Amino acid sequence: MSGVSVTKGAEDIVPAAGDLVVLSQVNKHFGALHVLQDIDLTIARGEVVVVIGPSGSGKSTLCRTINRLETIDSGSISIDGKPLPQEGRELARLRSDVGMVFQSFNLFAHKTVLENVTLGQIKVRRTDKKAAEEKARTLLDRVGVASQADKYPAQLSGGQQQRVAIARALAMDPKVILFDEPTSALDPEMINEVLEVMQQLARDGMTMVVVTHEMGFARSAANRVVFMADGKIVEEAAPEAFFNNPRSDRAKDFLSKILHH
Amino acid sequence: MFDFLDSGQYDLLEAFWVTVKLTVYSAIGSLIWGTLLAGMRVGPVPMMRAFGTGYVNVVRNTPLTVIIVACSLALNQTLGVTLGSEDFKVIGFRLAVLGLIAYTGTFVCEALRSGINTVPVGQAEAARALGLSFTQVLTSIILPQAFRSVVAPLANVLIALTKNTTVAAAIGVAEASLLMKEMIENEADAIFAVFSVFAFGFIVLTLPTGLVLGWVAKRVAVKR
Repeated sequence: MSGVSVTKGAEDIVPAAGDLVVLSQVNKHFGALHVLQDIDLTIARGEVVVVIGPSGSGKSTLCRTINRLETIDSGSISIDGKPLPQEGRELARLRSDVGMVFQSFNLFAHKTVLENVTLGQIKVRRTDKKAAEEKARTLLDRVGVASQADKYPAQLSGGQQQRVAIARALAMDPKVILFDEPTSALDPEMINEVLEVMQQLARDGMTMVVVTHEMGFARSAANRVVFMADGKIVEEAAPEAFFNNPRSDRAKDFLSKILHH
Repeated sequence: MFDFLDSGQYDLLEAFWVTVKLTVYSAIGSLIWGTLLAGMRVGPVPMMRAFGTGYVNVVRNTPLTVIIVACSLALNQTLGVTLGSEDFKVIGFRLAVLGLIAYTGTFVCEALRSGINTVPVGQAEAARALGLSFTQVLTSIILPQAFRSVVAPLANVLIALTKNTTVAAAIGVAEASLLMKEMIENEADAIFAVFSVFAFGFIVLTLPTGLVLGWVAKRVAVKR
């Protein structure tokens, strides 16, 4: 994997050997729409891959296929060497190792912030309640919302909710975390508090797949940028190379629209 | 006008107590049965979905009188189901509860299913992404939120159930309406008084139900 970027600073963790997520020849249709076309993508352990592209290019769908929230029509996806199982117990086990952060946070509305972060530990990992709460409080502290632990999601700002959602994903000790446009539903002044948490995660060596429109984040935190358009991966490169010298016309066009105004 | 109440001949409280017991047992039973049915109807197993859909559509469209009388004549007198009792009064009571549960469960199921539809799909996705199984997603995420949003419609079902217990008179359960029938025969000169006594009795049971559950509905509503 040649994707280690030079922008990540001295404490960079070079991706450990081994591919964690491998998509090969993945195809998916929504009715007549061919949303994913022969997608090949390999994500190494510890790598941060940022997926960008215009709306409707299939990047969210791609992200959601990795833990089978979307099924695929053909091709194969494997995580840590194991192919994605069919619906059932095996799939649930695999999902518990793949964290997910959604655009609309999706915190459990009837549970407190603390319960949101302990639920998976208790129900899936069978951790006892006390240990789960301790870990949850540590994680909430890490994402900077420790003081909100006993509130309900609706009482928090968007940025706080999304940080809780990140803590909820981290509580499962996932091998990889998928971020599906984590800042798109946030007010502008709250975007940074979420991005900072994600930057920190990236520095700590978490494997991350991030679908986003935040080019600043892609530049500073990504090992590799994947550019998608019309259901295809058009270009893959280190962020510096991609933003400074995009090879494809489609990417040039896209970047000219978003970077110059 | 209400002299007949002082005659000591009629035990109104006892009759209404039977009504209350019918209501409470049937309410608990139909809540459980309705939840199971709703679980089947939204579940991933086609056989269960088909059963749930078929059951709900057949039973809720059958008159309650038919169901209760069938419980007595078909289940008890033909098939010999006694529901664990020798006493025909107890058997009658239990059969009535069984019929009421079978019937009311369908309405609980449909109310609950509409509640499930109010829970955003992202809630289930987030729970599945954590690795929860279908049953865990349903019981810890979907149903708790669904129940909170259907307290008011469930109050309607409970009020209807309270009044539907009168159908148990058809198989001789000694609840309020059976006593009313007896009083109508014996007190023909005070027929309006008899009616109003029973109407009042039911209002005493159902009005607080609606008010209390209306208040509960506001308290437990999920804020999004």
